Amino acid sequence: MSNTLQVPTMADMMNEGKTPEVLFWVGCAGSFDDRAKKITKAFVKILNNIGVDFAVLGTEESCTGDPAKRAGNEFLFQMQAATNIEVLNAYEIKKIVTTCPHCFNTLKNEYPALGGNYEVMHHTQFLKQLLDQGRLKIEGGRFKGKRITFHDPCYLGRANDEYEAPRELLRKLDVELVEMKSCKSRGLCCGAGGAQMFKDAEPGNKEVNIHRTEQALDVKPDAIAAGCPFCNTMMTDGIKNKEKQDAIKVYDVVEMIADVEDL
Amino acid sequence: MQYIPQIIFLAALGFAVWFFARNVKRLRRNILLGKDIDRTDNKPQRLKKMIRIALGQSKMVTRPIAGFLHILVYVGFVIINIEVLEIIIDGILGTHRIFSFLGPVYSFLIGSFEILALLVLISVIFFWTRRNVSNIMRFKTLKGWPKNDANNILYFEVILMCLFFTMNATDLQLQLNGATNYAEAGVFPVSSFLLPLFEGMTDSTLIIVERAAWWAHILGIFFFLNYLYYSKHLHILLAFPNVYFSNLKAKGQFSHNETVAKEVQMMMDPDADPYAMPEEDENAEPETFGASDVTDLNWFQLLNAYTCTECGRCTSECPANQTGKKLSPRKIMMDTRDRLEEVGKNIDANGQFKDDGNKLLDNYISREELWACTTCNACVEACPIGIDPLSIIMEMRQYLVMEESAAPMELNNAMGNIENNAAPWPYNQQDRLNWVNDN
Ligand code: SF4
Ligand code: SF4
Repeated sequence: MSNTLQVPTMADMMNEGKTPEVLFWVGCAGSFDDRAKKITKAFVKILNNIGVDFAVLGTEESCTGDPAKRAGNEFLFQMQAATNIEVLNAYEIKKIVTTCPHCFNTLKNEYPALGGNYEVMHHTQFLKQLLDQGRLKIEGGRFKGKRITFHDPCYLGRANDEYEAPRELLRKLDVELVEMKSCKSRGLCCGAGGAQMFKDAEPGNKEVNIHRTEQALDVKPDAIAAGCPFCNTMMTDGIKNKEKQDAIKVYDVVEMIADVEDL
Repeated sequence: MQYIPQIIFLAALGFAVWFFARNVKRLRRNILLGKDIDRTDNKPQRLKKMIRIALGQSKMVTRPIAGFLHILVYVGFVIINIEVLEIIIDGILGTHRIFSFLGPVYSFLIGSFEILALLVLISVIFFWTRRNVSNIMRFKTLKGWPKNDANNILYFEVILMCLFFTMNATDLQLQLNGATNYAEAGVFPVSSFLLPLFEGMTDSTLIIVERAAWWAHILGIFFFLNYLYYSKHLHILLAFPNVYFSNLKAKGQFSHNETVAKEVQMMMDPDADPYAMPEEDENAEPETFGASDVTDLNWFQLLNAYTCTECGRCTSECPANQTGKKLSPRKIMMDTRDRLEEVGKNIDANGQFKDDGNKLLDNYISREELWACTTCNACVEACPIGIDPLSIIMEMRQYLVMEESAAPMELNNAMGNIENNAAPWPYNQQDRLNWVNDN
């Protein structure tokens, strides 16, 4: 297939008088962070490959306001929310998928009270749905039999009680799924949430991401799977800190799927 | 003359009830110092949650042994209270074992109370050892009153159970001796083993021991009832309303501020007249955002503070705490309660709150603690009785940022970026789609 990504914007769609099946909310990390951009592209490749009719907001997208809200700036959060809701409602968006659990949580849980009501899915839930509908097929591939441990993002797991969708996808890849000491509802944070990503940590005896990486290394994985661009950065840094970056990679679940599909 | 014990009993009972009622009133008043929040929706769902988590203790079994023993102590505690009912009626009427007319049912009841009491005793010894001898971080970090409080109750339970057995054993001996007033009643599967201890005692000595144990036991229970208010053991009562009123929404959904919503709406509305200020109510205090003191919190958060068992399950799951940061969600709850008590005492002394120069922020909870939180919800998930330390942290952060503009510098930068270019990093919004074409 062609290497060029097909990424229509809502504005394009509107001009052509079309409504896409779903809006892909890329998020700030997914748009600007070099590592996260790869996740974004992997997801788009899959969407393109199976012909999902989607669009992005492009330059009309802006921060959901999650870091502002978690930092305590309710005003800035609500300004962001109002701006985004205006755009989303103008395009009459019904369904949103996003590769970032923070965007997912904010759009899903915190926008309704401010006038933004959409069906919002995390990309692992969306892919799981495509799988159930038979539109996406995942078959073994190069991760078959590999020891993979999944790091639960706080804002997908505890915040929204979704533990199974990403694991379901990993099982389809025929991996040997191994669980860390703290997993699912007791999963340990990577250290990035609550706007910590954008500041230095308070004094302590360890960084949270190192602590979490040690838990991951304890189960001797061949690779670590994540479902959040921020977790991904934190875990990748943790692995580097332990000088294991050549042996153990950190992937987003969607990258693993795109990889075995040879996309 | 023969009514003297009954009179003394009534006086003790009356005092215990009066003192308890006074504490309940105080508790209620203090909790209602909090702001209003509506938790009256979804009653059936709330009831179910309460039955599952408070009554069924479903969250306690994540640590199976402690969870099981805790249920035992709890069930023992509740069931043995049927015995207390009998003791109270006996005390008022001057009767002895008034329920004994129940015959075999009574025997069964007394027999089960004894077995439960023994199990409680064993569990309590286990708890004491776990708390004081084994190396469990969340217990080791407790110092001073909280540590003593936890142990006091355990000693107390031991004493109560021993008094209960002494009372029963001497009663049984007197029954066997055919003493007047001690008609045969009940079976005593545990205390019958204690009979050798009382061998050779005359009936009158036995009666003195039996009466002493009976009185000490019931007075002890009256004391226990009134100790609760000063103890983490308030959870015995408050766990139920606390779980009932707890948050039913997704944990990731943080509450939003209506005043801010209105302001933002005004700003976004192109038709709004920028000079048309809403009419100011002269007497209304300007609303402050977030919380710097307990009275800025809502009543559910204050109820949380009184309900907290200080078990530390939250803190032991907290990523910040695990990596040596100052933040401890348990301390957030304990500080909130201590400050609320301070405010309550201030009101008791002065008729209304008189500024004491203290606040929850800084005097109890430091900024360093607040900024260490990753909002991961591990504490909320871990709490066995539906307490939400995170919501307090968030409201205090909100105060810091919105009232004092006192966020850490890097956060101010990130927020500045969001404001100016719609992302927490300094990238241009116009470049948001560039990822499609770069390699
Ligand atoms: S939400 Fe905050 S206080 Fe609670 S466990 Fe996570 S980091 Fe600790
Ligand atoms: S908040 Fe809950 S988990 Fe934490 S100490 Fe109190 S009762 Fe235990």
